[in-house]
Amino acid sequence: MATAVEVHHTALTLRDHLPILQILIPFCTAPLIVFLGYRSLAWPMAFISSLLSLIIATMLLIQVSDGSYISYHLGGWAPPVGIEYRVDAANAFVLFLISATATVVLPFALSSVAHEIPCKNHALFYACFMLCVTGLMGVVITGDAFNVFVFLEISSLSTYVLVSQGSYRDKRALTAAYDYLIMGTIGATFFVIGIGLLYMTTGTLNMADMADRLVGQGGNRTVQAAFAFIVVGMGLKVAIYPLHLWLPSAYTYAPSAVTTFLAATATKAAIYVVLRFMFTVFQPDFVFDTHILVWIIGPLALLAMFAASLIAIFQTDFKRMLAYSSIAQIGYMMLGIAMFSVTGLTATMVHLFNHGITKAVLFMAVGALVLRAGSTFYDRIEGMGRAMPLTGAAIVIGGLSLIGVPGTAGFISKWMLVQAAFEGGYWWLALIIVASSLLAVLYVWRVVEVLYLHTPHPDATHTEAPLLMIVPMWIAALACLYFGLDTRFILDAASTAADGLMAGSAGMSEISSAAAAAADH
Amino acid sequence: MELSTLIFASMVLPTLAMFANLIFAKQANLRDTITFVAALLTFACVVAIAAKVGNTTTPQIVLFEVFANVPIAFNVEPLGLLFALVASGLWIVTHIYAIGYMRGNNESHHARFFGCFAGAIAAALGIAWSSNMFTLFLYYEILTISTYPLVAHKGTPEAIRGARTYLGILLGTSIALQLTAVIWTYTLAGTLDFQLGGILRDNISPTLLPILLALYAFGIGKAALMPFHRWLPAAMVAPTPVSALLHAVAVVKAGVFTMLKVGVYIFGIDFLAETGASDWLMWLAAYTIIASSVIAMQQDNLKKRLAYSTVSQLSYITLGMALASQMAVVGGGVHIAMHAMGKITLFMCAGAIYVATHKTEISQMTGLGRTMPITFAAFGIGALSIIGLPPLGGSWSKWLLMVGSADAGHQIMIAVLMISSLLNVAYLLPVIGRGFYRDDTANPYTGIKEAPLFCWLPPAATAIGCLILFFTAGSIVDFLMPITGLPQ
Amino acid sequence: MTLEFFLGHVNYWLFIVLMMTGFYIVVSRGNYVKKIVGLNIFQVAVFMLYISIGKVTGGTAPIFPTNSQGKIKIDPEIVYSNPLPHVLILTAIVVGIATTSLGLALIIRIREEYDTIEEDDILEIEAAMAQAENDEHGSAMGGRA
Repeated sequence: MATAVEVHHTALTLRDHLPILQILIPFCTAPLIVFLGYRSLAWPMAFISSLLSLIIATMLLIQVSDGSYISYHLGGWAPPVGIEYRVDAANAFVLFLISATATVVLPFALSSVAHEIPCKNHALFYACFMLCVTGLMGVVITGDAFNVFVFLEISSLSTYVLVSQGSYRDKRALTAAYDYLIMGTIGATFFVIGIGLLYMTTGTLNMADMADRLVGQGGNRTVQAAFAFIVVGMGLKVAIYPLHLWLPSAYTYAPSAVTTFLAATATKAAIYVVLRFMFTVFQPDFVFDTHILVWIIGPLALLAMFAASLIAIFQTDFKRMLAYSSIAQIGYMMLGIAMFSVTGLTATMVHLFNHGITKAVLFMAVGALVLRAGSTFYDRIEGMGRAMPLTGAAIVIGGLSLIGVPGTAGFISKWMLVQAAFEGGYWWLALIIVASSLLAVLYVWRVVEVLYLHTPHPDATHTEAPLLMIVPMWIAALACLYFGLDTRFILDAASTAADGLMAGSAGMSEISSAAAAAADH
Repeated sequence: MELSTLIFASMVLPTLAMFANLIFAKQANLRDTITFVAALLTFACVVAIAAKVGNTTTPQIVLFEVFANVPIAFNVEPLGLLFALVASGLWIVTHIYAIGYMRGNNESHHARFFGCFAGAIAAALGIAWSSNMFTLFLYYEILTISTYPLVAHKGTPEAIRGARTYLGILLGTSIALQLTAVIWTYTLAGTLDFQLGGILRDNISPTLLPILLALYAFGIGKAALMPFHRWLPAAMVAPTPVSALLHAVAVVKAGVFTMLKVGVYIFGIDFLAETGASDWLMWLAAYTIIASSVIAMQQDNLKKRLAYSTVSQLSYITLGMALASQMAVVGGGVHIAMHAMGKITLFMCAGAIYVATHKTEISQMTGLGRTMPITFAAFGIGALSIIGLPPLGGSWSKWLLMVGSADAGHQIMIAVLMISSLLNVAYLLPVIGRGFYRDDTANPYTGIKEAPLFCWLPPAATAIGCLILFFTAGSIVDFLMPITGLPQ
Repeated sequence: MTLEFFLGHVNYWLFIVLMMTGFYIVVSRGNYVKKIVGLNIFQVAVFMLYISIGKVTGGTAPIFPTNSQGKIKIDPEIVYSNPLPHVLILTAIVVGIATTSLGLALIIRIREEYDTIEEDDILEIEAAMAQAENDEHGSAMGGRA
């Protein structure tokens, strides 16, 4: 198992062990919380652990920001036999997003969870939360294909539990969690079938090794079937348009803190896996030859952008509206992939991050509104923008970022996406992209009008949310503004990642063989 | 003081005023005083900048880079300086007027109102100092969003509907069309810096040029080119100082200013003239000029009539750009100042009439001029300036545009401008005529006096301003000459 | 397609039949427990696939004999089966059990709240809830979609 760790015999300093610590710290926190069983200790432990994860992720990101790789051999077994954790610009970036979101969401969760979930479940809730964090980071960090599945299931199973915790507010959370479980398991099983077929062809599970052995196998039916199974399986997790059915209910009925975390990270980790398999394992040439991007992913992405946005416009529940908006935004990310260029991939990576923080702001605001207004139906939150000025302002910032107004994070990703369209010569696509953001104007502005221009609902509590909610919300909101102007960090990281991905596995095997050579000494 | 300090001060001061308004929401007098001082200081900054650099173009002051070769950067150039002078100068006047109007009319939410007002000015100055299209676009959107609460100010269903149209058209056109144009330009030219003579020459095929221009022309919704002019009359639900701000000071001027900047510094007027890419825009502008004048004639609501008049006048400036001759572009630039002064006078008068009598329809104003002589006199002067009669400022810009039309070889545009003047006469002068000369036997306005001091003094001042502009127009033209690229 | 081809790939045919059976049950059954059963069959099919591909014809269990010094003595003549897929499937079985137990636990909670585990009834209850919400808050588009 991935977690049975011995010290790598060549690695002597703590710094060398950062990749495994990244996983181990949240992973060990989860049982610790359960065994200690003190409700009051659960939150601090979870928070400290995610803070440590964030620090580690930052250190890893700095180490690989020059385009290099870190290869960590679990138990000292060199790949391809042993399990390898491989950190490069692309996944360090996603690791950073996941741990940062966890760290920001947890303070928010303290009061939100206390409001939405009964006390007796709190310790278990935070344990599940840490397991979810572990799973998502594991999916991202590992270089072993079967390991991806294991971590995927760790994160998925804990996610189902987390979603079902919403049942104390609305019993539909249970059926939402059940539906998600069925679809998620089907997706994961498809993914395993894909891995199995690849194993049959290549006889290895290490992604870099697999990539090497897949070169020139583009016409092999088994490989093509494996590719289809993997894309569909992960597509369910990503919620690519026709596979999105679990998402709206799961997001709507899950506790606010869970929705915030999931919206900002879960689908993003899955997109990362899709990218990793498409570009590193299967090689860009193969993906391009199969035409899956042009004829399947691209049109579906466009469909998602319009259909989901249109549905979002006609929602009467703020939270559900945001769920549909997420599906539409996933369409943008898939479109970036479908354009099949460095700029397009950069746009995807950037949007991964920017949409993460944007949705974090909005869903945290949802949590604050639930706390004060009872629910987020438009007729309940009327006038709340004036009663809760800080929450209202955060919603406006998040909403502007969702639309892609300049000065916000969402603008940067839209810019990159449109630029990619122009560079690829698809000027009509550029027009379609901006046209779809007009739909975002509609659904965002509907909320803003409800919040500011309607008379307040008499039953709602008209006080600002507690500081513990406001502070994380505003950290994310300010991040939205900051990353909308200072793009050095985000664009550098994303374009390094995109360069690496477009280069296929070329850089990867070189590094792993070098690392293997080093391990032999 | 350093130039960069002055530039930043001119943008930071209104921003500070905005926050001060929100913080001191309860202390009305303190709030208004702070804003007034901020307005004076901002204007002083802009004047100091003008004194320092004259009509030269200064190097970029780069704040930081957002995309490769696309920084947030500022510089001073004649067109921007003129716009900054207009915006910051008229802010003072409008502020005084707004105090009188808001208090005289017992409007609510003063703090939000004045705060957003100051925010809009900050954004307008940001637009004025932008040294590339990206920075300009950023402030353009901030301006849209900061003025939205002003339009929706009254909170009535009508105001909400108007504000929705306002935001929908402005945000929609800018995101869907202008942003596309900006990114397209960036992919073509690799830069978005404003350079005299444009950045697109050699980078774009002549067949695509009109399409890109169209994306800009319609994308700059604030310039109210038909068919994207609907937001302007819709925004008339706002309190009158806002209308004055929208029409004369910040918003529409930001639109046509952007249009000129795009014409002069992105496309380059010579390039436009050589390729004839802007010919269609010239016809559309001409159509807008005539059509909206005709619509204006049918409006009984004074503010609506002025709104359509603005749509028409803005297209003068677009026309100036589209004609792509030196004189026409300068005429367009001069018209920014001339129209601002004239139109703000008209709006403030309309507001003063509303404060004093609560009348909005022209048909209700018969004989009112005798009761409110100063207001109506100011209105008359403003109207004559808009029509373009000497000795008022408006005559010069119209003259320059006519010269420019002849230069460009489009004599028919002279006819368009003349017809437009006649139409101006037809829809503006009857207001005054009704006010002064049509005397009903019994004066119905018993108990109505001239509007409060704060309401009639500002329009009187700007009316005198129209007069002064007539005599200083020469220096404004000289000032703007560098944008033509001609040796002076 | 020859008989030889068919017989040579018999494990794949069985896998496909088993997998589609499971999948069909998940999709077609309205009972939540039956859905979980279907899901199990679906997963087991994949386990079978993995296990069958590890089998080498004529291969024996991959247990290496040791000599008296404890050194591994491998006879190159003997063909061994590949043990790795079996190990992987051990992990997958654990995951499958966890999924099943979580699914059943959810069903218990659903039964407590809805008093039924039939999908049709639950959809009806939820439709009524959505209708009530629509009546109160204005109609929404999309429903459960």
